Amino acid sequence: MSDPREIALVVNDVRHARVVESRVNLADFLRHELGLFGTHVGCEHGVCGACTVLVDGASVRSCLMLAVQAGGKNVETIEGVAAADGASHPVQAALAKHHGLQCGYCTPGVVMTLIELGRENIGKPLGEAEIRHALSGNLCRCTGYQGIVDAGLDVFGAPADKGSET
Amino acid sequence: MAGGTAGTLIGARTPRVEDARLLRGGGRFLDDIVVPGALEAVFFRSPVAHGLIRKIDVAAARALPDVRAVLTYDDLRPLLTSDRISLALPAAGIRFNVDPFVLARKEVCYAGEPIALIVATSRRVAEDAAGLIEIDIEPLPAVGDPVAGLDPGSPKARLDCPDNFVAKTGVDYGDIDHAFAAAAHVLRERFRLGKGGGFSIEPRGVVARYDPLEDRLTVWDSTQMPHRARAVLATCLGLSEQQTRVVAPDVGGGFGPKAVFHPEELAIPAAAMLLKQPVKWVEDRFESFTATVAERDQDWDMEAAFDAEGRLLGIRGRLCYDHGASTPYGIALPFNASTNMIGPYILPAFRVSIELCLTNKTPAAPTRGAGRPQGAYVMERLLDAMARKLGVPRDEIRRRNLIPADRMPYPIPVKQRDGSLMTYDSGDYPECQRRALAAAGWRDFPARQAAALREGRHIGLGLCNYVEGTGRGPFESASVRVNPSGQIVVTTGATAQGQGVHTMLAQIVGGELGVAPETILVQSGDTQTSPLGLGAFASRQAVTAGNAAKAAAVLVARKAKAAAAHLLEASPDDLELVDGAVRVRGVPGHRKTLTEIARSLAGAAGFSLPGGMAPGLAAASDFLTAGLTYTNGTHLAEVEVDHETGAVKILRYVVVHDCGTMINPMMVEGQIAGGVVHGIGMTLFEWMRYDEMAQPLTATFVDYLLPTSDVAPRIEIHHMESPTPLNPLGVKGAAESGVIGAPATIVSAIEDALAPFNVVIRDLPLTPAKLRALVRAGTKR
Amino acid sequence: MKAPPFKYHAPRALAEALDMTAGLDNARALAGGQSLMPLLNLRMAAPDHLIDLGNIAELRGVFEDGARFHIGAMTTQRDIEKSAPIAGLCPLLAQAIHHVGHQQTRNRGTIGGSLCHSDPGAELPVAAMALDAELVVAGPRGERAVAFRDFPSGYLSVSLEPGELLTRVSFPKAGPREGSAFLEFNLRPADFAVVSVAARVALDEAGHIAHASIAVGGVQAAPIRLLEAENALRGHAPSREAFEAAARAAAEIDCDGDDVHPADFRSELCGVLTRRALTQAATRAAGSRHV
Ligand code: FES
Ligand code: FES
Repeated sequence: MSDPREIALVVNDVRHARVVESRVNLADFLRHELGLFGTHVGCEHGVCGACTVLVDGASVRSCLMLAVQAGGKNVETIEGVAAADGASHPVQAALAKHHGLQCGYCTPGVVMTLIELGRENIGKPLGEAEIRHALSGNLCRCTGYQGIVDAGLDVFGAPADKGSET
Repeated sequence: MAGGTAGTLIGARTPRVEDARLLRGGGRFLDDIVVPGALEAVFFRSPVAHGLIRKIDVAAARALPDVRAVLTYDDLRPLLTSDRISLALPAAGIRFNVDPFVLARKEVCYAGEPIALIVATSRRVAEDAAGLIEIDIEPLPAVGDPVAGLDPGSPKARLDCPDNFVAKTGVDYGDIDHAFAAAAHVLRERFRLGKGGGFSIEPRGVVARYDPLEDRLTVWDSTQMPHRARAVLATCLGLSEQQTRVVAPDVGGGFGPKAVFHPEELAIPAAAMLLKQPVKWVEDRFESFTATVAERDQDWDMEAAFDAEGRLLGIRGRLCYDHGASTPYGIALPFNASTNMIGPYILPAFRVSIELCLTNKTPAAPTRGAGRPQGAYVMERLLDAMARKLGVPRDEIRRRNLIPADRMPYPIPVKQRDGSLMTYDSGDYPECQRRALAAAGWRDFPARQAAALREGRHIGLGLCNYVEGTGRGPFESASVRVNPSGQIVVTTGATAQGQGVHTMLAQIVGGELGVAPETILVQSGDTQTSPLGLGAFASRQAVTAGNAAKAAAVLVARKAKAAAAHLLEASPDDLELVDGAVRVRGVPGHRKTLTEIARSLAGAAGFSLPGGMAPGLAAASDFLTAGLTYTNGTHLAEVEVDHETGAVKILRYVVVHDCGTMINPMMVEGQIAGGVVHGIGMTLFEWMRYDEMAQPLTATFVDYLLPTSDVAPRIEIHHMESPTPLNPLGVKGAAESGVIGAPATIVSAIEDALAPFNVVIRDLPLTPAKLRALVRAGTKR
Repeated sequence: MKAPPFKYHAPRALAEALDMTAGLDNARALAGGQSLMPLLNLRMAAPDHLIDLGNIAELRGVFEDGARFHIGAMTTQRDIEKSAPIAGLCPLLAQAIHHVGHQQTRNRGTIGGSLCHSDPGAELPVAAMALDAELVVAGPRGERAVAFRDFPSGYLSVSLEPGELLTRVSFPKAGPREGSAFLEFNLRPADFAVVSVAARVALDEAGHIAHASIAVGGVQAAPIRLLEAENALRGHAPSREAFEAAARAAAEIDCDGDDVHPADFRSELCGVLTRRALTQAATRAAGSRHV
């Protein structure tokens, strides 16, 4: 191991302390050191968004952040999204309802992006264009985005847009 | 969701059984598989498109701490039964098969071809070691352009082949010479279509573990076709099928390329056997651009003959197809393109000669649509050109050529891969177009267009009709078993990459057995649970596996009733299967649950089975196809074009779609929407480019653009349901249909928007720069 | 695609970072990582030392000072996007930031990182060029001021001496009767620009152009200022003819091209976007009292 570093961080409310090679990125750390395989890797050059996690509440591409840089920070991943009692987060429920996932590979990144979007817009209904804009950093090859956008509208849209079936 | 009376779930928007897991990060994709003690592998790949390996020095790489092995062709060859990976699919017209090597032996034929395999304790270290390999390659002239590659004077793309002309095939029916002699009009067009790919967000990957104790090889492979992978592995490694298990775990999108057996799928298991340690390889994105099969590049030179009213008399021409550096999946693709070109139209005579050229590019193999979008594009462009020439509206020229519904089934004198005649089984193409035009506001559009033009906005509306041959055979397998615990298990040779195959099967079986789909366990993609199977290609699984599962479930239901008749001492005719139990009609309390029936059929030591029946509440079935089922559709797109910049914005997208009976309309719509957006990519964004040395210029998602949510339009989908007579469910495939119609539709819309500039579009993808050049040329006129 | 090995450093103070920058061989400063991390993962960069500037509080933040305001080099693009003062003080910067990447990259990407990486398609250098941004660079011999126009020094390179770091950027506040626009052309809105144009127009009391500035990006290694066209606009009423003259000058730019967006196409875009950006900026100038 070249350049080992000690880090301690909180992931989904659980504190972890590890020694990690400085060059290991956060996505690989979450997946292969912590066994949190829900965060996916689709490009490792910061374009696909499959690796999106929240660090101190802000969405980041975890392939473009070193694990050491997450030391002392609070990380949220897909595994921590559902309620402790197992109930789905509204974003998760809406994605299922609107067929916002097919293979599910992009889905964790999509969920984290939508969660940040919701937190930043509490009480402010969002339109389709805003939702499409917010999701533009998450590539999905399966859905054509339609079900994902509909899920976003269902959770964050104005009442008239909610629950629209296509 | 509750159960219900048998058979009621077809057509329901059943929630997907896959989703709960996937939404919580509980998927198990290839790179999520942890095999204790596994090493990680990286491929060292050819940096040039064509050359001869003079010398490779791996000493420094081998010497790096934590590197376990650096393997080249000579290291793996002793494990293999032949020099090359035998992948040839039978095909008429193929002059020679070009099977790939597991690792390049001497000649490298495309940039990205694997040369050496580095195995280390981590991927990071393996990559460090790859950087230490020294290679000396004598460069050879590369073939980049397939048309030039067919010239007698062209350099050879492979020294081990006689020339680049790998196959000559074609389609030929009717009296084409007469058609052209009798035609009131003839027009000729040439179309060049660029290379694009599947680019699932999950790349490929393989994990292999060889167990010397049991002499068994287990391979986890992100493949669409585990059974084919097993067959290739068993053959190449000299193992029996019993010793070889291939498992496709959750697969993060397939779209065609994952159906093809790639050299890495053999190299990794061979390395695991050689090193007696599990080995994992996960493709990175650079590799998915340079080492994974792709397609789409075709060059069509076509002539259409038609009468004074615009009725097609014949089409003839040449299709030149860039096959890349090998033939890993035969040559079906350009044949698909040609036959699909006919589409929903009456075409009395057709002759296309198909010429396939080897080039020094990533090998070509089917990508979602598999040649069909190109065929549909060419036909629709010809129809638009005919409409222009005759001054007939674009919808009308199509109407004059569409096959009327009363001529179904409609045979076309083209022999399919299985020897049967191409026959459209059902559908109402004119009605499909009519509904689509109505939905998109075709009639009022000219007024809107004129109003927009007065504001300086160029909007246009385009359309495309197409058919898609789906449900390719010869068969698919499924079994249904009710375990004594009550657990219902469906196994199948079909495979899942996101289409919702498990939901589809659970819905069919749940419907037959009167149980909720989410309680059914579907197992797919494992050669151990399903010894026979084909997997995912050609939009086939609802047709093939769906009907197999239905047949198996019907047998299970029948057996459950027969057994219950004994247990309830009732006549089978008085029994019904409701909510997972067989009960006497009118006496709901008098019932036996499937669990109870399964338990009694499991037998108890010494006791006889009910009615002396065979043990077990289970049945298996194979569905044998009786020909392709033809899905059809009409797409309309409304676009706005910025004539000053060439920017295209899709304002509206309408699909009317007919895939026969729908099992789950929600999932059908998901397939269509995803396909349309893939087709939009192929038209306006996605383009794998190479320089004149055949070096790839697109190797990241920065250079190769997938459509994003902010450029994808909302897609309005309307359904028609013309059940096929060819299978009991009446279903046809839906997975590729979206992509087929999109390129022709969008291009037709753009031409319409830019009609004031006389813009005629031929080549794809259509970049703003190309569009600007066309506008400039048109303006000058 | 895994990053090559390096030694990671996380200084907490600028002085410490400067010592490292000056003292370590083959070192690279890591700002937000949105450009450098991909290069590392692709092994297109292989520094022996990575100096992470992310923990240096003094490099972050926005503060006003008379007619200008200052942004610490490590201020994230997202902070700039959300900054109400910047939206009011410098609409052009706010307009430009809107085109920069995705929220996930703006959350980490910094203004200093973008200016130092100097990608030809990046938006912030174009805005900085149009706004006559001033940079403060710290090094072994203390601080020095650099006009942004002197900062780019070639393809993906800037005029930082060994041992130097960019510490902050300052912009002028928008004046009265000033309007601006940032337009870019690309295939997908969040991509780097094929061509981008940043334009500012200030009107005098009579409604004539008192001052205009036009910067064009995506066409050569560094953004280009159209000084002659700007001068020619001065004193004229904002009109289609005036802006078309500027557009013609823009269309003369000798652009770099590639196989998808060739040079002549980019030149055309320079003209079209310049005309449109000036028109928008002038409209905004006419419609606004103070911004
Ligand atoms: S894996 Fe991080 S953005 Fe693609
Ligand atoms: S669901 Fe497959 S990539 Fe989005």
